[in-house]
Amino acid sequence: MFGLKADWSLDVQDRYFTLEDYEGAQPRWCTGCGDHGVLTAVQKVCREAQLAPEKIVNVSGIGCSSRLPHYMKTYGFHGLHGRALPFASGIKARRPDLDVWVSTGDGDCFSIGGCHWIHGIRYNVDMVVLVFDNAIYGLTKNQTSPTSPQELKTSTHPTGSFLPAMNPLTITLGITNVSFVAQVVDWNPLLVYETIKMAHAHRGTSFVRIIQRCPVFVEDVHKEMVNDPSQILLLKHENGIPTNEAVERIYPNQIEHDPTDWSAAMNIARDESRVPCGLLYHDPNAPVYDDWSNVGMGMSDEEKIAGVNKALDSFSI
Amino acid sequence: MTKQATAQKSNVAEISAGKPKRIEEHIIEVVSDSGEGAQKCGQTFGTVSGKMGNGVWTVEIIPAEIQPPARSKEGASGVRIRLGSKYVTNMGDQADLVIAFNEQVLYNRIVNGAFRKGTVVLLESKWAEDPQPAIREQYAAALADFNERGLIIHELPLEKECLKIVKNARQGKNMFVLGMLCRIYSRDTQRALDEIAKVFARKGEKVIKPNHELFKAGYQYAAENLDYHYEVIPEREGLQKPTVVTNGNTAVGLGILASGMDMLAMYPITPATSVSHYVSEVFHHTGGFMHQAEDEIAAVAYAVGSSFAGRTAVTVTSGPGMALKTEILGLAVMCEVPLVVVNVQRGGPATGQPTKIEQGDLLSAIYSMPGDAPKIVMAPATISECFHFVITARKLAEAFRTPVIILTDANLATAVQPYDRPEPQAEWLSAPIDQSEWDKNIPPYDWDDETGLSPRPIPGQPGGEYVLTGLAHTKRSKVAYDSMSNQIGCNMRSRKMSAFAATLQRPEIYGDKEGDILVLSWGSTMGAVREAVDRMRADGHKISNVHLRFLHPFEKDLKEIFSKFKKVMTVELNYSDDPDMPLITDATRRYAQLANILRHHTLLDIDCWSIVQAAPLQPGVICEAVLGRLKKLN
Repeated sequence: MFGLKADWSLDVQDRYFTLEDYEGAQPRWCTGCGDHGVLTAVQKVCREAQLAPEKIVNVSGIGCSSRLPHYMKTYGFHGLHGRALPFASGIKARRPDLDVWVSTGDGDCFSIGGCHWIHGIRYNVDMVVLVFDNAIYGLTKNQTSPTSPQELKTSTHPTGSFLPAMNPLTITLGITNVSFVAQVVDWNPLLVYETIKMAHAHRGTSFVRIIQRCPVFVEDVHKEMVNDPSQILLLKHENGIPTNEAVERIYPNQIEHDPTDWSAAMNIARDESRVPCGLLYHDPNAPVYDDWSNVGMGMSDEEKIAGVNKALDSFSI
Repeated sequence: MTKQATAQKSNVAEISAGKPKRIEEHIIEVVSDSGEGAQKCGQTFGTVSGKMGNGVWTVEIIPAEIQPPARSKEGASGVRIRLGSKYVTNMGDQADLVIAFNEQVLYNRIVNGAFRKGTVVLLESKWAEDPQPAIREQYAAALADFNERGLIIHELPLEKECLKIVKNARQGKNMFVLGMLCRIYSRDTQRALDEIAKVFARKGEKVIKPNHELFKAGYQYAAENLDYHYEVIPEREGLQKPTVVTNGNTAVGLGILASGMDMLAMYPITPATSVSHYVSEVFHHTGGFMHQAEDEIAAVAYAVGSSFAGRTAVTVTSGPGMALKTEILGLAVMCEVPLVVVNVQRGGPATGQPTKIEQGDLLSAIYSMPGDAPKIVMAPATISECFHFVITARKLAEAFRTPVIILTDANLATAVQPYDRPEPQAEWLSAPIDQSEWDKNIPPYDWDDETGLSPRPIPGQPGGEYVLTGLAHTKRSKVAYDSMSNQIGCNMRSRKMSAFAATLQRPEIYGDKEGDILVLSWGSTMGAVREAVDRMRADGHKISNVHLRFLHPFEKDLKEIFSKFKKVMTVELNYSDDPDMPLITDATRRYAQLANILRHHTLLDIDCWSIVQAAPLQPGVICEAVLGRLKKLN
């Protein structure tokens, strides 16, 4: 915000952004939907970082989560089902000045966008990827999603879904060049905020799985977890997601976890008896695709014409 | 043997011993197993001839596999060169002279109608003495068969001659053959030696030297042992203007550079990929970046993302890739994102014929998207146009805020022809990204009522913030919950096409403005169709051609032009029902793709003739088809 500079003069920024500067249309999510809290956290992180709204692009696919761009007063790209990641990567390719955020869901990212999820993590383009995982298809009304618990009764599996739920954490951690994997539950606003803030600060693809309630279709899926905080395993570390006493008091099960320890992260992710919350893995040095895609920018017209001539000359006869 | 002997005799009689016989043009083929360098030989021969001022068209003969079985019909790999005194626009009819490294690959060319009675074949003779009896038998049987077919066969010990110079004849026979060809066609040897040095420049003197020796040996061998000796004198000696020689895919790549686009997103697919190979090799010259995506969908999504953010991108693909990209192209139409798509068409549907030509994607380019998704579709007719159309497409995409699809095909992709060297212009390049303040009162789709056009805010412009959405939307890009917004959006996107059509001109009429038959064509077939029209006109037939370059929307006045002819028909390389086939009636007949659209565009009874035989059209075949229709007309 405002601050005193070294010479005791007051540092007043040309533009100061308030939460309102990031608030777009009135959200149309259902009452009690976990998406509301995530939106607020994103707006807070933007304000905290004082990001210019015109430099932000919120990209999404299709689904409840993917409505988020409409509720931000920034540039947005509400694309097609499953394709948010390649759209976002393309946006960032030649525009390193833009702050790119992706909102996607369990169906959008893990099912129809599965291929892009794997490759998106590997490209490691500098952007935040928020996966709103409510374990159900909401917008199309109650179909089984890849993360629906086994035997969940849905519109497509009325007698109960067949397969065990997919584990997005182990998959993401298993992808070469993964650089940031965090998990959080939507009903702890402080953790959501701190996680997104840290995700935004990381250069590379910050993958955040937000376990998120859908009170309309699958209220029971998360109810037990909300009521029984001992099901959550809080990951603590000086380089992890900052917590405070209040948070630590809520979640009795805690573990010291160094986010640079990939094997430990994988072990935590594989143990499905607890839901880990915090930063599982962080590699700030993983190669970032932007470092290739940005090369050559800013060439003058003269240089370009000389370049075309050079290319043509090699075919001159 | 008697047949061969007589045939030879007549040929010898034609050619006087010392002086070369002057000819207007010849079609030459070099056919071998894959990996024997026939293509390098042919392209070098073409370049040398181009430099001498000759008309040249070369086309590759490509097997489907990387390493097909040796000595197999399917494995035929090589090159066809049409060499003329005048400008050459297509691969022509049947070959005059063929050099073959084995006899089996010739069968591939025979089934493709590449040879005629009297085609001279200079054939590697080593198979006659092969240690395997089966091969010797095959060879003898084929020889007898070729004689039966009226080919004039000369067996030559190519391998033996090459082994005098190099240890492995497989690497080098092509240069020996190049030497032979340069003698047979009285090529400028110094230019050929220079060209060989250029081809092997990277490998250094160690490689250049033996190749030079092989070339000279081939030249010498032909001079001492062959009576075939021609000269194809160019109409105008040497090059008149600065000239480049490339195939169509390279021309597309050069066009991308010259258009100022600095983003190409692609996924490998035959026969389009060589565009990306070339671009990735030289993109640093213009500061561009080529993204190889995880799939076709991601490639076009990446391109659309880049275009949305202000850097108009191009994606290059072929039929199956187009099918996968369909949904995202629909989004680009719906959200009015500029985009250039190059579809190097191949045979379809499904995997179809990846290395073969077909013009089968016209209808799907225009109509394949759900709902109404109007966009610009254009098709270059020549290799030079492959270059220039990319530049035009980028401008149209930005001016009309729309995807532009360029349809080339496998024939343009691999055919090589000399053309005027383009002079790159600053106005061809895209403008820098506008980051000035956007007037908040102007919505992101501020459609002009008359033209449907609107300016586009680019991320980074303060005040222009909007959310692009693939949902039906208002001019503020808000999700449409009312009944009229979708109608208005569709009206506006369609209106842009009318606005663009109003800028197009009347197409040129090749031949008289009225007559019996007007032959319509599009894409790579122009050269062959016009040559056929020339021949028929020379025979006194009243036949003209109109070649269409814009397929959606169409150029002007088509109906009026068509009305001056007794019959209008398209000639295309895509499927149509032959009207003489069983069960085909006026009610059931399925028309070729351009004919299909033009019938409803003009409400005229436009006929068509088309084939899907995996090869470019020969002018002779077109003449036959059109004259057949003419006969019925009279």
